[in-house]
Amino acid sequence: MPILTLNEISQEFGGLRALDGVSLQVEEQQIYGIIGPNGAGKTTLFNLITGIYDPSEGTISFRGQSINGAKAHQIASLGIARTFQNIRLFQKLSVLDNVRMGSFGVTRSGFWSSMLGLPRSRREEKEITEKAEQLLDRVGLLNKKMEYAVNLAYGEQRRLEIARALALEPTLLLLDEPAAGMNAGEKAELMGLIYELREQMKLTILLVEHDMNLVMNICERIAVLDYGRKIADGPPEEVKQDERVIQSYLGVEA
Amino acid sequence: MDAYLTQYIDPYYLRLLILIGINIILALGLNIITGVTGQLSMGHAGFMSLGAYTSAILSMQFACPFWLSLLAGAMVAALFGCLIGIPTLRLEGDYLAMVTIGFAEIIRVFFLNFEPGGKAVGLAGIPQHTNFVLVFTLVAIIIVLNAKLLNSRIGRAWYAIRENEIAAESCGVDTTRLKVMAFTVGSFLGGLGGGLYAHYMYFIRPQDFAFMKSIELLNMVVLGGMGSIPGTLIGATILTLAPELLRVVAEYRLLFYGALLVILMIFRPNGLLGDVRIYDIRKRWARKEVQANAHTNS
Repeated sequence: MPILTLNEISQEFGGLRALDGVSLQVEEQQIYGIIGPNGAGKTTLFNLITGIYDPSEGTISFRGQSINGAKAHQIASLGIARTFQNIRLFQKLSVLDNVRMGSFGVTRSGFWSSMLGLPRSRREEKEITEKAEQLLDRVGLLNKKMEYAVNLAYGEQRRLEIARALALEPTLLLLDEPAAGMNAGEKAELMGLIYELREQMKLTILLVEHDMNLVMNICERIAVLDYGRKIADGPPEEVKQDERVIQSYLGVEA
Repeated sequence: MDAYLTQYIDPYYLRLLILIGINIILALGLNIITGVTGQLSMGHAGFMSLGAYTSAILSMQFACPFWLSLLAGAMVAALFGCLIGIPTLRLEGDYLAMVTIGFAEIIRVFFLNFEPGGKAVGLAGIPQHTNFVLVFTLVAIIIVLNAKLLNSRIGRAWYAIRENEIAAESCGVDTTRLKVMAFTVGSFLGGLGGGLYAHYMYFIRPQDFAFMKSIELLNMVVLGGMGSIPGTLIGATILTLAPELLRVVAEYRLLFYGALLVILMIFRPNGLLGDVRIYDIRKRWARKEVQANAHTNS
């Protein structure tokens, strides 16, 4: 059974149709890529899945359960984590706190137990701190855990966002242009990390990316969007050969 | 106890200390709303007046014990904070500020016409129960609980809302609920401060809780540093003492405030202690020690 199903999704902003009848099926533990020219509706698609917008038409279901109309925080608590194209970190919080914050959706201690420091809240704090340090170690930021997030370099901020998303213990991870602004070495590292995460954490990963090399290398399935419509969908080799994809996005060699 | 203290300390200074304590409680409440959660509230005096009038009327007309009327005042303020928070916290920035100003004005006009509150004349002859020991015991308790709260899951979520609401939401934070929570806690402290104020001053009237009082409290939070507890303590202390020191130029007090904020914006845009962490200070000290040691060794 697919973990995420989008059925005939459309989204309108005023008169503009940003997405027009897009359907997708993402299988469990798949690495799924979405590509397309600027303004094709890739980020809009992410915002619909994560509940920032509510689709004008169509249904979205996660593990067979409809998530239409659910609020962003409810969707996060179901186990869908994401990163953002324009990095959205908690700039004036420490790196460690950014990752601990990511665990919010999977922790429960409320106002009174937090304020009075009851055992339950203390136990939870200890757990999420340990987990956050493991995640930071994994993305190579443990030695910067007390820095403010805003003081990190660009590539580090991207990695911190991934660590924060992982703290939510997601089953589905959405990465919005994770390699943007990275150099070749960092990109290779990122690819390794994505593979590793899928194997070790049993993650399904859906990613939007412009770097063709990265997408063609790690994605098992690719969907191509253009002007809000899906123009192709399939394994990388197939998509690479698709006439329309070449015309609208990959470009023809002169 | 206070009588004992006055043997050693001039009553004038004791009075200032008590006012500092009350302002600290009020400012800590506003700090949770504006400093930590980032929701600009310019009507904190409204919550203060709710606490002040509720507790004063309970003490005077129903002969309630002091602790009970104090608690009731704080609870009424918290209730209003929650009720007002639910519809308004969907607004952001300037819009929220305007609504909170409007709310505080409504409360003020209400008490201006409120028979049991003595209308414009105000309430006089409130029993003076607030004393130094009580105020600073409360300040100590509130600081400890406040620090714990800000260091916890809930406090972190409040800071996260201030830093980036969409990202907070994507971490699973129900931002509306958390904002209402911050508003409720903040107005509880506002009401508590108001109750203490009423039972210290003998006398309250609606003008005491006008717009300028809200601004004064906001200044304490901004001056000290948004979201910082030590900053708020310093801000409240400085801005309680400043009018006393500037007594000679009393009418120019506002000018002084304005100038102070402008200077602050230029030199420390995050407030005096807004971006200072104990961790950084420790690190700097450690480095200095290392340097000093290296120096003596060489």
